[in-house]
Amino acid sequence: MSVSILIPSALQPFTQGKDEIPVEAATVEEALAALTQSYPEMKLHLFTEDGRLRSFVNIYVGDRDIRHAQGLATALNPGDEVMIVPSIAGGTGTLEPKAEPSPNLSTEELQRYSRHLILPEVALEGQKKLKAARVLCVGAGGLGSPLAMYLAAAGVGTLGIVDFDVVDATNLHRQILHTTLDVGKSKLESARETLTALNPFVRIEEFPTALTSKNALEIIRDFDIVVDGTDNFPTRYLVNDACVLLGKPNVYGAIFRFEGQASVFWARRGPCYRCLYPEPPPPGMVPSCAEGGVLGILPGLVGVIQATETIKLILGVGEPLIGRLLMVNTLKMQWRELKLKPDPACPVCGDTPSIRELIDYEAFCGINRPAHPTVTADEEDLEISCTELKARLDRGEPIVVIDVREPYEAEIAKIPCARLIPLADLPDRCSELDPDAEIVLHCRSGVRSLKALRLLQSRGFRRLKNLRGGILAWADEVDPSVPKY
Amino acid sequence: MRVHIVSTCHQALLRQAESAYPHECCGLLLGSHDDETKSITHVQPITNEHADDHSRRYLITPRQMLQAERHARRAGLRILGIYHSHPDHPAEPSVYDLEWAWPWYSYLIVSVLKGAAERVMCWTLAHDRSGFLEEPLTLIPNGDDVCP
Repeated sequence: MSVSILIPSALQPFTQGKDEIPVEAATVEEALAALTQSYPEMKLHLFTEDGRLRSFVNIYVGDRDIRHAQGLATALNPGDEVMIVPSIAGGTGTLEPKAEPSPNLSTEELQRYSRHLILPEVALEGQKKLKAARVLCVGAGGLGSPLAMYLAAAGVGTLGIVDFDVVDATNLHRQILHTTLDVGKSKLESARETLTALNPFVRIEEFPTALTSKNALEIIRDFDIVVDGTDNFPTRYLVNDACVLLGKPNVYGAIFRFEGQASVFWARRGPCYRCLYPEPPPPGMVPSCAEGGVLGILPGLVGVIQATETIKLILGVGEPLIGRLLMVNTLKMQWRELKLKPDPACPVCGDTPSIRELIDYEAFCGINRPAHPTVTADEEDLEISCTELKARLDRGEPIVVIDVREPYEAEIAKIPCARLIPLADLPDRCSELDPDAEIVLHCRSGVRSLKALRLLQSRGFRRLKNLRGGILAWADEVDPSVPKY
Repeated sequence: MRVHIVSTCHQALLRQAESAYPHECCGLLLGSHDDETKSITHVQPITNEHADDHSRRYLITPRQMLQAERHARRAGLRILGIYHSHPDHPAEPSVYDLEWAWPWYSYLIVSVLKGAAERVMCWTLAHDRSGFLEEPLTLIPNGDDVCP
C-alpha cells in the first residue's frame, strides 16, 4: 500500500533533494527497507552495523512515535505519512578540555614551510603558532594585498578579510591581489582565489560588508590580531576603538602619495591611534588616494611592514613596533622613527576613558551621509548635466567651458573646447573672462569647479554653471573615449 | 558546503550562548540552500531538554524536532543545522557530538569563555561518519548594516 516518507533536510542530499518519497509498504520496516534500497547511502546514518535503528533516529507515523506502537513492525495504512525525525544531542561531555589547540602540520606543510622551520626563532613551534593564529585584514586593497599575500604565504592559519568593494581598473597599479581579469569581481572573491592559489592550507573567512559600529566588535572579537588596511578616517578610528575595547593589537599602516607610516597600536602595551591623533583632520583636508594619487609600490612597502609586525606578534619574537611610528619617504628613501607614548588623557585608552562603546565615526570625522559633499538646493540650480551641455554646444550656443584642473590632468583627458585655467591661477586670471558670457566650469568630479564657481560669483560673474560630476561624468554620459583617472 | 549567516542571527545566537552560560544552549538554524551554500536567515532557540547536566550536554527531543520540521516546511524554510554552545570549551565538536551527529546538517558551535562568547565555528559530519569537517562560515550583513 502506498505511503510517503518525509525526509528531514539532513537526509535530502541522499534523495537528490526530494523531501517526500512515496513507497509501497505495509509496515514501517518495509517502508524503510524500500527507502534504503532506493537510496543505499542513507543506511549508514539510519541503522547501526547490526541493523538496529540508531538511537538518535526517530520514526513517527503521523503524530505517533513508533516506539510507543509496535516499533518497526507498526502497521501502515494507505496515505500514512512516515516521518524520519532526528533527535539532536551533543555537548562537551567526553572531550578533554583543551587550553591551546596546537595544530599539527602535514607532510606537505612541513615541506612548504621548511625555510621557516630551520630558523630557530620560528621552528616547528612558531609555525604551529602561525597556523593557530587568526588575523583579520580590514580591506583587500592597496595595503591589504601585500599583507594578506605574505601572511597567507607564511602559513597564518586563518585570515579574515573585510571588504565590500569591487575590483576597479584604477586599483590594479597597486592592489596586487587582483588581476586584469578580476575587474568587476568582488574584491573578496578575487582575494580568495589569489590567496588560496598561493597557499591552500590557509582558511579564508570572508566578511562582505563595510566595517561599522554595529558589526565591528562581533567581527573583530573572533580574531587575535587586526591589520588595518583601510583608506578612510572613520574606519581607522573605528578599528582603533574596537581594538582598544577588545584588547586586540592593531597593526597600522597608512599611505599618501609618496609617504607611508606604520606602527603597532596595542593599548595593553602602549599607545593607541587616538593617543597619536586625538582628532581626525577636517573633512577634505587630507585627500584620499583617489583624489591625491599614490605611488603604486608604496602600499607594497608599508603593507609588508605590517605583515612583518603581525608575524612577529604571533611568534612573540623581536621588538614590535609598539610605541614607535615608522615613517618612510620614498622620494628621498628616508626612514624616520617617532617615539610614541600612551596619552593618559586619551578618550578611549586613557585613565578615565569617555568612549566605552563604539560611536558614530562618520559624524566624528565630520562626514555627512551620503559621503560625497552635500549639494544644496542652491548648488543644484547652478549645475548643468553633461548631456545638456553637450546638446547645447552641439546647437552652437556660445558657452565658455573652463577647465579648472591642473595641466597634468588635462594631459590625461580633456573635454574638447574647454579652456584650461587651474583653480589656483583663477583669482589672477578672472580678467581673461567675459563677465556677461555664460560660463560652465568643470574639474575631475565637480568639487574644485564648485569652488571656482563661488570665487567667480564673488567677483561679480552671474551666468555660471558647474558641470555635474566633472569629466568623469562626461566620460560616462557623453564620450566613453575620454579616459577616466 | 559554504555557510552564510545573516548578522542578526549571528548576534542572536551569541547573546543566547552568553546568557545561558554556564549552561549549554541550543537551537536550530533555518533558511535555504542550494548545492553549494546554506544560507541561515532564521534561528530558533530550543529549550535544552537534557535532564542531568545542562552545562555539558544539550538535547533537542524528537517531539521538538517534529514540530520544528513541520513549522519550517510551512514557512518555506529548511532546517539547515543545529547550534549549541560549549561553555569554557573550544568551539570544536566533542566525541559525544560525533556519536549523535546527523549528516549534512551544519553544527555551529559557540565557545563561551567566562561568560563571553569567544569564537564561532561551523562543522559538518564527514560522509563516512569518521569525524567532523569544518565548514567556512561567512557573516552576511543585514541591509541596514552597510554604509552607503
